Amino acid sequence: MSKICIVFDRLRLEEKMLQEQASKMGHDTIVVDAKTSQISTESKKWDIDFGDVVLERCVSYFRGLHFTACLEFLDVPVINKYDVADKCGNKLVTSLLLKKHGVPTPKTYFAFSSEEAANLINKVGFPIVIKPVIGSWGRGILPLRDKDTTEAIIEMRDIADGSHDRIYYLQEVINRPPRDIRAITVGDQVIAAMYRKSQGDFKTNIALGGDPEICEITKEMEDICIKASGAVGGGILGIDLMEDEKRGLVIHEVNNTVEFKGLARVAKKNIPQEMINFALNHVRK
Amino acid sequence: MNCSECDAKINIPDDAAVGELVSCPECGADFEIAKKDGANVELKPAESVGEDWGE
Repeated sequence: MSKICIVFDRLRLEEKMLQEQASKMGHDTIVVDAKTSQISTESKKWDIDFGDVVLERCVSYFRGLHFTACLEFLDVPVINKYDVADKCGNKLVTSLLLKKHGVPTPKTYFAFSSEEAANLINKVGFPIVIKPVIGSWGRGILPLRDKDTTEAIIEMRDIADGSHDRIYYLQEVINRPPRDIRAITVGDQVIAAMYRKSQGDFKTNIALGGDPEICEITKEMEDICIKASGAVGGGILGIDLMEDEKRGLVIHEVNNTVEFKGLARVAKKNIPQEMINFALNHVRK
Repeated sequence: MNCSECDAKINIPDDAAVGELVSCPECGADFEIAKKDGANVELKPAESVGEDWGE
């Protein structure tokens, strides 16, 4: 029997499901609140109980990323690895890796100043989607359809506080049905997928109220999801796909800390069980 | 347990765990369960959502 540790900063249904599943399978579980933990360069693995393997599940990307670095310093096996979290947390890096590894992905353009972002949009033309390089739940993702709105958005980004706001990530609009696909990969398997339908606008995030509906895992989907997972370093991932009317499936995002409560209600496979089994394979023998 | 903002009664589900969020039914303020020992529950104001939150 092993001890599974779930690191969280907000205990959601997903973390409770993982804990319950691990207990059901006969394993000890501990949940650790990252907000109340202290680690130092003097810490040793045996000073703090992180069990035999950690599932890092912080809702805050930066908190989870830095906590993962500390866990790796302590030589505690952690899923996902720091390197994977780092790559998935930045949309620009993810897009580059997907393209480099031959994964079909939307054409994406980058600019590093507001002036050049405006020039780039002039060259590529409308409509185009602007996204923050770091961000989640669809926030800050906007379709740009005309010059006036574009100038306003760029100006707002230019005066915003975050240093990431000066990195411009612009993506072609994909001609697709009003939905996208979320697939969950665990290691080299796609364990579940669902359609996320939009609620009238172009965003489809479940966090924004998108309806989940089970989606058949096709060979095409399986192949490109596994390729995408490999491109970022593997682990437990949420992969977002769109159905381009000409190219077929394209992958636009890979998520590091996958939320699955919606999909778990309709999926054929036991999602938490697959995740726990994967984690157990990473326990040092 | 009463809300520190508006003093309305907040019901804590029996199976709620430390780290979970509860909301005040009157004013909507969010609280995180900081400690729980049987019926004794300690709440603290929940963190506000950051720009890096979510998947």
